[in-house]
Amino acid sequence: MSANLSAIFYLISGVLFILALRGLSSPETSRQGNFFGILGMTIAITVTFLSVGSFSSGLIYVLIFLLIGGLIGAFIAYKIPMTAMPELVAGFHSLVGLSAVFVAISAFLNPEAFNLGLPGDIKLASLIEMSIGAAVGAITFSGSIIAFLKLQGIMSGSPITFKGQHFFNASLLISIIVLTYLLCSTQSSNFFWIMLAVSFLIGFLLIIPIGGADMPVVISMLNSYSGWAAAGIGFTLENSALIITGALVGSSGAILSYIMCKGMNRSFFNVILGGFGATESASSGSKEQRPVKSGNAEDAAFLMKNASSVIIVPGYGMAVAQAQHALREMVDTLKKNDIKVTYAIHPVAGRMPGHMNVLLAEANVPYDEVFELEEINNDFANADVAFVIGANDVTNPSAKNDPQSPIYGMPVLDVEKCKSVLFVKRSLSPGYAGIDNDLFYKENTLMLFADAKKMTEDITKNL
Amino acid sequence: MEIDPFIFRLSIFILSIFIGYYVVWSVTPSLHTPLMSVTNAISSVIIVGAIIAGLAGNSDSNFTNSNIFGFLAISLAAVNIFGGFLVTQRMLQMYKKKKLNK
Repeated sequence: MSANLSAIFYLISGVLFILALRGLSSPETSRQGNFFGILGMTIAITVTFLSVGSFSSGLIYVLIFLLIGGLIGAFIAYKIPMTAMPELVAGFHSLVGLSAVFVAISAFLNPEAFNLGLPGDIKLASLIEMSIGAAVGAITFSGSIIAFLKLQGIMSGSPITFKGQHFFNASLLISIIVLTYLLCSTQSSNFFWIMLAVSFLIGFLLIIPIGGADMPVVISMLNSYSGWAAAGIGFTLENSALIITGALVGSSGAILSYIMCKGMNRSFFNVILGGFGATESASSGSKEQRPVKSGNAEDAAFLMKNASSVIIVPGYGMAVAQAQHALREMVDTLKKNDIKVTYAIHPVAGRMPGHMNVLLAEANVPYDEVFELEEINNDFANADVAFVIGANDVTNPSAKNDPQSPIYGMPVLDVEKCKSVLFVKRSLSPGYAGIDNDLFYKENTLMLFADAKKMTEDITKNL
Repeated sequence: MEIDPFIFRLSIFILSIFIGYYVVWSVTPSLHTPLMSVTNAISSVIIVGAIIAGLAGNSDSNFTNSNIFGFLAISLAAVNIFGGFLVTQRMLQMYKKKKLNK
């Protein structure tokens, strides 16, 4: 296949990828969008095989590795529980990063295969593009591995900081630029390897100081990086499908990071520099024992039975307890009693963008009953019961009325405006941000101390 | 004077960033998780580079290091492609079952 023809096919698959993202603007068109994505990928892979043309003995290995990877991927996709989506996405990001590194290494070792010149005499532009792709890929890889370990709970979610951290990271970043310059001027492979090693180290150091609650930002950011890495490699390979995709994914991740930061009222740099939640909340000095009303499943069932509208506020705790199915059963019972039930989702509920929506969808909750913060926040004043399950900081009124609070200014759900609030929680412990929640001590709040799933099931029994 | 082809690629890149910007802002927030998994899958189109590296010039079975890195990259990217699209499909399927309980 001629180079021009294959370039046109790569362009077509790039356009199909755009349509794949476009489809996600509504659930109705989303499945068609995913189909376009698969089609685009199939075209890109087929064209690559055809354009290489000369089928050497390498072909059989290429197919074997493709098959092995494909089977593993399909198996994971089929088996993974929806609650583990953040870990899965972090894991997948690390693979994109590592394959970008591997492709860059291959191109560096055998530039002739990619028309980039000869080993030791690679075109300058290609060398720079390759280095960018490899460095960003390496950062994506090691950063995602740390994010994965933190989400999986293998590594503690609390930030790891040390003295001079920012200075150290900054000097490493500068050293990458210097190493790339040395690589370009000397063509010596040593600089390439050192540059890769430093990049892996930076990815690792960049993510360790970021706390568990900031994971939505981290995942989005790594999503963005994986795109820029792909684009860098796309420039090296002069492949428009890769350039288009890299740019799409890069800007997608950047927008998601922005939305997540806005959801927490924090600047991007504030999150990246990390350390949030490391120091136990400064205002915790005045930690007098305040009275709390606690109740059991019967009390909760009684309150809800007499309500005419209920708003459910799910959070990460619901995912941990796997309570989404139990919750939907409870809601079904409520609906049978002609009670209006809606769901309110905060942008940063859960550990990744849209996490709660997927869990509710998994439990067969119709998506037209699920609302975003801005859509539903005014409804709390008219609702009878707010049922907070596994959420905490996103309901904290001190974000609105206590300028001393670390989360002051963060948009929160106006849960306290409801006639009564049911708060399912295992204990009075503060949330991830380490801040006490005034809502616990409000007159109209009833705390339900139990595992989210068990409590929801018990309430259903009592309805 | 002839324009360097790099400039054309750069144009594609810059314009695609803008397309990405507008397309992604129109994605409904409830589909942000599928958005992440599908962007994951499509960024693995990097597999085209891996395939070129894996197939690069040899007629016998003496693989160079470059080939081997290509093979490894192929399997990593394939995990992502199949895993990413299938898990997205699985999620989107759930959003479909909407009126089931009515």
